[in-house]
Amino acid sequence: MLSRVANSIYWLNRYIERAENVARFIDANYHMTLDIPDSASHQWQPLINTTGDHELFQKLYGEANRENAIEFLVFDRNNPNSIFSCVRSARENARSVREYISSEMWEHLNTFYLMINTAAQEVSMDLPHQFFVDIMNASHTFSGTTDSTMNHGEGWHFGRLGRMLERADKTSRILDVKYFILLPSVDYIGSSYDNILWGALLRSASAFEMYRKRHGRIDPKKIVDFLMLDKHFPRAVHFCIVTAMISMNNITGSQRGTFSNKAEQQLGKLLAEFNFASLEDIFEHGLHEYLDSTQTRINTIGAAVQAEFFSPQIADSTTESRTLE
Amino acid sequence: MRFDGYDTEGFYDEVFDSQGFAEIIADLLIQRVNALPESELQRRQKAAEIALLNLGITFNVYGSEAQTEKIFPFDIVPRIVQAKEWEVLERGLKQRITALNSFIHDVYNDQKIIKDGIVPAELIFSADGFRKPCIGLEPPCGIWCHITGTDLVRDGSGEFFVLEDNLRCPSGVSYVLENRLLMKRTFPMVFDACSVQPVTDYPSRLLEMLQEMAPPGVRTPVAVVWTPGIYNSAYFEHSFLAQQMGVPLVEGGDLVVHRGEVMMRTTKGLERVDVIYRRIDDDFMDPKAFRADSMLGVPGLMKAYSKGKVALANAPGTGVADDKAVYAYVPEIIRYYLGEDPIINNVPTYACWRDDDRKYVLENLDKLVVKAVNESGGYGMLIGPHASKAEREEFAQRIKANPRTYIAQPTLALSRVPVLVDDHFEGRHVDLRPYILFGAKSTYVLPGGLTRVALKKGSLVVNSSQGGGSKDTWVLNAEGGPSPESELQQEEGL
Repeated sequence: MLSRVANSIYWLNRYIERAENVARFIDANYHMTLDIPDSASHQWQPLINTTGDHELFQKLYGEANRENAIEFLVFDRNNPNSIFSCVRSARENARSVREYISSEMWEHLNTFYLMINTAAQEVSMDLPHQFFVDIMNASHTFSGTTDSTMNHGEGWHFGRLGRMLERADKTSRILDVKYFILLPSVDYIGSSYDNILWGALLRSASAFEMYRKRHGRIDPKKIVDFLMLDKHFPRAVHFCIVTAMISMNNITGSQRGTFSNKAEQQLGKLLAEFNFASLEDIFEHGLHEYLDSTQTRINTIGAAVQAEFFSPQIADSTTESRTLE
Repeated sequence: MRFDGYDTEGFYDEVFDSQGFAEIIADLLIQRVNALPESELQRRQKAAEIALLNLGITFNVYGSEAQTEKIFPFDIVPRIVQAKEWEVLERGLKQRITALNSFIHDVYNDQKIIKDGIVPAELIFSADGFRKPCIGLEPPCGIWCHITGTDLVRDGSGEFFVLEDNLRCPSGVSYVLENRLLMKRTFPMVFDACSVQPVTDYPSRLLEMLQEMAPPGVRTPVAVVWTPGIYNSAYFEHSFLAQQMGVPLVEGGDLVVHRGEVMMRTTKGLERVDVIYRRIDDDFMDPKAFRADSMLGVPGLMKAYSKGKVALANAPGTGVADDKAVYAYVPEIIRYYLGEDPIINNVPTYACWRDDDRKYVLENLDKLVVKAVNESGGYGMLIGPHASKAEREEFAQRIKANPRTYIAQPTLALSRVPVLVDDHFEGRHVDLRPYILFGAKSTYVLPGGLTRVALKKGSLVVNSSQGGGSKDTWVLNAEGGPSPESELQQEEGL
């Protein structure tokens, strides 16, 4: 397939996944602040930190509160990672490959964009919860539409690779930020707030119910285990890396456990790390350090995918170039 | 919904004659429309518009900042063309494109038509679409213009004329296909009753024709559609055609000339391309042959093309034959190459570089439409009867300064058809753009084509960039048409 087309499919999936995650962060946070009134003021900054755009936010808005955090994360066109910007970028990418993806996928994304665009023009946000649910649903519908209407060939695997890398990154970020916000609040330990806060963390990753089924009681260590190492929970980092690797092998045609380029090699190394990791290792290493290095490695993989598949160097002396012969 | 009070206002109306009687088939349509409950037609019109928006069937408007995407307005009452009218048009269009292809080939090779004094040399060489690098080219199968969209109009008597030949990258065919789809969804019953010739196989015919052009010896030709990108006003169509044909849609950056062959960059390295349906202007195709500053082009493409390594549809340089000045000579061109009289006539045309014609034009500016020969899309035009005195003065000066660049035609009383305006029907002016595929083995004329409507009351400008809309065009089958009686027995409504 064309490199440009692969690139667009990969990115449009990343953008949709990103929009969904931002919607979930905000929704979970919003509900948490309603439960703990006095936390309202200082619970929005960590949210901005989760997205990694705190410097841009600082420059545009200064101190975080509910209104400006939501504005920045949802509608701000100056924030390339706001929900609006993500959905717009996803749609632009889809537009450039609409002959390649299915009409159903395109039509869904276009309607999704028109929905956000209309919301962006309405001033009041009376029902934020419904709005965020709509966004999450739109993302889920997109992924379901993709799976059931597009050939599960090379293009589909590029899309899933993008989605999984994005999701692994976001889950590790939310754990990173929240864990350190929550852990030092000794006052809350044993109080009813304790459960609420940890519950909000799980909800930010849509993990609350599945965690309950798996582990039952709320326990910070088990939450880390669940979000990092679980093999069955679809937003756990381990799950995402396993799935990304399957798609990568399908794209390159490599046997399982082998590699044929840098991107595949780096992804394989990260997978091996997770396959043999334990909770003890993670805490011995330091949770923050572990999460930080995971994020860095995901970024490196992303860059390698870009270099290997989307902008391959093929020119040689017999290739016509813009310079005169 | 009623046609009561519908007034033809003295124009040729394609549905009602001056006494208000409708043709039999159109009558069937009208009965169906009249039978609809109050406001049902508006509801269906609205539903069709929403479908267009959700599908993203839009065009980009140049020069507007915020709302750059617009849907091409669509009127849900179809336009009907009778089988016997169509049969003549089809023959006429085939005749015209055959002669024009011979003309283009001659211009870039032997130039017999110039030597025989039929078309003046200076007119050809000064045409905006003339491309010097094309001299001596031998395109695959000797075909230059594979895809044409000819603009036809009807005057007050109902006769069809050719208004313009679009021989470069005519657009609009995707609207024909999408409009038909919408109509089938909106009015399945009428559709079923009227026995309409299908248009849906256009993409397969296009693909077949493109593959015929592949260099000899290529077993499974790789064809692509080349678009300038998502900001081009016809991007939707480029992507639609690629999708419908199941071929890659490429941009300039995807293509490279490598070891003399045209290749595309894929995730698995370079892959050969055999046929390019290009929807990009000549000037931007290859910075080494045409405009050196083109960032969209593929360096070395023309060299590969001239060596027969790749086929281009349409060939570069075809614009020489749809120059508005050359247009005036098309009847002569048909007689010269085919020895036949034109089946469809040109609109009478005054060429301002001829002294007699210029004199007439300058004296009758208030009755004529003046067109700059190098402009299209309704720009650079003076509609005499609607223009102010100052505007006419200005055009008179321009004509005197550059006679070569202007032609003039009488203001045609373009035919009208009913369109839905709020809760009633009004007559609006239309044109018709059928699409022709000129292949190595046969020539195909898409039955129907794009009917463009000037939606503004009284307006004669049908271009989408200037307030035009479209309608589905139904060419009826010659035999086996329904009898009105059998129709009346169906009770389902529309």
